[in-house]
Amino acid sequence: MIMSDFPPGLVLIIGAFLLPIVGQKFRPILTLGLPLVALYLIWSLPNGVFSIFPFFDYQLTLVHSDSLSRLFATVFSIMTFGGSLYALKQKSVLELAAVFVYAGGAIGAVFAGDLISLFIFWEMMAVASTLVVLSVGSKLSLQVSMRYFLVHVFGGTLLLVGILAHISATGSTTFSAMAPNTFGTIFILAGFLINAAAPPLSAWLSDAYPEASFSGAVFLSAFTTKTAVYVLLRGFPGAEILVFIGIFMIFYGIIYALLENDMRRILVYSIVNQVGFMVTGIGIGTEMALNGVAAHAFTHIIYKALLLMSAGSVFYMTGKRKCTDLGGLFQSMPLTAICGIIGALSISSFPLTSGFISKSMISQAAADESLTVIWFFLMAASAGVFLHAGIKFPWFVFFQKDSGLRPPDPPWSMRLAMLLFAGICIGLGIWPEFLYAMLPYEVTYVPYTVTHVINMLQLLLFAGFAFFLMLPLMKRTLTITLDVDWFYRRAIPAVMSRLFTLIWAIDAAIRKTVSKKMSSQLTSIEAKHNRLSDLLSRGYPLGSMAMWVAVVLGLYLFLSVVK
Amino acid sequence: MLNNNENEKHWLVRKKTIQLLWRGGMVILLLLVMADFFIHAHPYFGIDGTFGFYSWFGLITCVGMVLFAKALGIFLKRKDTYYDNE
Repeated sequence: MIMSDFPPGLVLIIGAFLLPIVGQKFRPILTLGLPLVALYLIWSLPNGVFSIFPFFDYQLTLVHSDSLSRLFATVFSIMTFGGSLYALKQKSVLELAAVFVYAGGAIGAVFAGDLISLFIFWEMMAVASTLVVLSVGSKLSLQVSMRYFLVHVFGGTLLLVGILAHISATGSTTFSAMAPNTFGTIFILAGFLINAAAPPLSAWLSDAYPEASFSGAVFLSAFTTKTAVYVLLRGFPGAEILVFIGIFMIFYGIIYALLENDMRRILVYSIVNQVGFMVTGIGIGTEMALNGVAAHAFTHIIYKALLLMSAGSVFYMTGKRKCTDLGGLFQSMPLTAICGIIGALSISSFPLTSGFISKSMISQAAADESLTVIWFFLMAASAGVFLHAGIKFPWFVFFQKDSGLRPPDPPWSMRLAMLLFAGICIGLGIWPEFLYAMLPYEVTYVPYTVTHVINMLQLLLFAGFAFFLMLPLMKRTLTITLDVDWFYRRAIPAVMSRLFTLIWAIDAAIRKTVSKKMSSQLTSIEAKHNRLSDLLSRGYPLGSMAMWVAVVLGLYLFLSVVK
Repeated sequence: MLNNNENEKHWLVRKKTIQLLWRGGMVILLLLVMADFFIHAHPYFGIDGTFGFYSWFGLITCVGMVLFAKALGIFLKRKDTYYDNE
């Protein structure tokens, strides 16, 4: 194996194990340098398959490089670099090491050329991301990470069953486009969808991510769901069911974010919303749609990380996460507020931001395919994104009321990371050609036409108008909103505990009856033996033994005489 | 730190500025609707090419989503200490 085809993900995974060993002084060199090394390796890989190893009767292809895998690997390594810069103040080495395995697993998964290596990296990500949540070290983070892990183990099991069935049916481990019409492919799709936070199991996202540290949440927002988008993009383009799943996710994200009070959970719900746009695009499946999905995944990772960095800075400086506790922070955290607003404008796809040049390709694809209902849903959802994330997040955190909190902006490393990502958001919005050149298909789409810009501004600003009109209805309350996780956190445990109470009651009744019966039996046996013992001695065991020895000896004597 | 004296407040949150922002916002919204007279619409489905479509569609759908969320909240909202005794 020569250096040029070394799997880039392994650089981060191997690096992760060096992080705890090197001292505090050299750790930043590794956390900032390794993602750049990975980025270099990604871009020096020519198209093709490399790093092939025999694995029992099959072959593992660790690197299958083409424009799509390169695009995702690129944004993953940029994310790891920016996130590491943001996390320089993170004291938990466990979190950093877990993050590097996690990021390396994500890059490994997008380069995986066969289903077996994909599965290996997939599970590596599940374990590492659990550790990111767990590394907070509180009792709550332990509970949350165990719930998170169980959901992903379940998803991984579905995926494994699907992969094994698929391999035994086709005899091939190749990971290429499939249709969900066999036992194997349906299970593979289900496994992928769980990581994409598709219904019904999406609550793991809003349950776990907000409990991570200020920096952990930034990394978590990037890898799991977007790796799922990548595998869906490669594995199931044009699968019609994804259109409906995607539309559901879009509106689920908006509605739940509107009801939410925790600022980081608002942003996490909007991940579901944004991934919904991507899943819908994958279901549409045209070249325009798939290009749009790939572009949107790229821009989304950057602006969502920026939003969570902004929220993380507020959390880091104030220790508070609830909108009801926050407000008015723009006065003392101007940079955090401005970067948060840039991220918010990008997620809302305002002109001159990265979201504008990526998301509109997906709705354009719906229009091109004459998917009328879908197009109207996507338009309403675009307005809704501005409503639930674009205005709601900055308004309740940085403006709203004066909470009296006056924390300064966070340390320089965190400010620099936010500036870097804010710069990328605006840069891609102004010069989309850099991103378009990396997309899997040729791009003919022109985002900046007068009509498109004006129409988008009309849609968004009137959505904003709606927000301020409805502000009295949006008043934050100290509440959470029940989700599907209620079934496994409340309903099933309640039913089970009642069931077990019943089982124990029956068990106790049976034991009581049996022991009563036995004790009366034993009493009668005892009484009988007491009568017998009078024959030879007062002590029954001794008396009966003496009697039986006498009987045996007598028998012996009798037999010897007879003989 | 909380103060109610208008002049001690940050200029952005003074009553006067907020009033100005509302007025400016209204003017921008009006101008945007008016822009439909001048741009060359290319509708995909018909209705989306009519006057002011994007404006009212954005407004109505957002009001709808807020109301829907509010209604759903009646059934699904719980105190945020709901899961605390786990």
